[in-house]
Amino acid sequence: MSDFKVTIRSRDNNIHVLELKGYLDAHTTPVLEDSFQKMLIEKKFRLIVNCKELTYISSAGLGVFMAFIEDVRANSGDIKLSDMSPKVFNIFDLLGFPMLYDIVTFEEEAAQKFEMKQ
Amino acid sequence: MTQSSIYRSSISIPSQTERLNDVREFVSGLARLHGFGEDDVNKITIAVDEACTNIIKHGYGYSPDHSIEVEIIRTGNDFEIVISDKGKQFDPKAIQTPDMKDYLQHYRRGGLGVYLMKRIMDKVEFDLHRDRNVLRMIKTLQ
Repeated sequence: MSDFKVTIRSRDNNIHVLELKGYLDAHTTPVLEDSFQKMLIEKKFRLIVNCKELTYISSAGLGVFMAFIEDVRANSGDIKLSDMSPKVFNIFDLLGFPMLYDIVTFEEEAAQKFEMKQ
Repeated sequence: MTQSSIYRSSISIPSQTERLNDVREFVSGLARLHGFGEDDVNKITIAVDEACTNIIKHGYGYSPDHSIEVEIIRTGNDFEIVISDKGKQFDPKAIQTPDMKDYLQHYRRGGLGVYLMKRIMDKVEFDLHRDRNVLRMIKTLQ
């Protein structure tokens, strides 16, 4: 069975971080969907997805980001992704996702980008 | 391994997404054993995951009591994965290559599995044998 976990923490300036851990596939996507849904309900739209411990992603996992990005941006927020391993970045890159998503090396960089927009 | 020697190994999993990890471990272990680097191991693993996910979702409509057969055949430098199922007949002609720019601009979702398989494997072929959908994918060892 695939293991996948999302831990949510808050930073200053109303920025919220979703830390992903494990395998994001067709079986585990509901866990991430629920986390994004929770953020939207709580009107938290400045989101950083820290992928430091994300070991695997399939296209089902990429689909979750597509499902929420429009709503988040419509509320003047964004989903920025950080700390991706080359293996995970490779899949995002193969499908051209860097064109749509702000993917940065470190979480701090993503936070600074949000803070600059204030 | 000489051109004539053939290696075969197979696994059967039930049509359940929670078993995707089993098939990923099976395929990645063998790909590593046969000399692929980590980048290719990851690509082969994702291609198989995408194929099995599509079968579970579209072929069997998430009905959990069916099976998916995955066979690895190594012939010469070709690492071939044959995936078969008895789900809804798959029509490869119905699958259109997505325009990724348009896809991303319009926040579309889903339908990238076959495209991804074709991007990361050297050969992808869909076939129908009697009542089975058969997918063959090849990655060649460089």
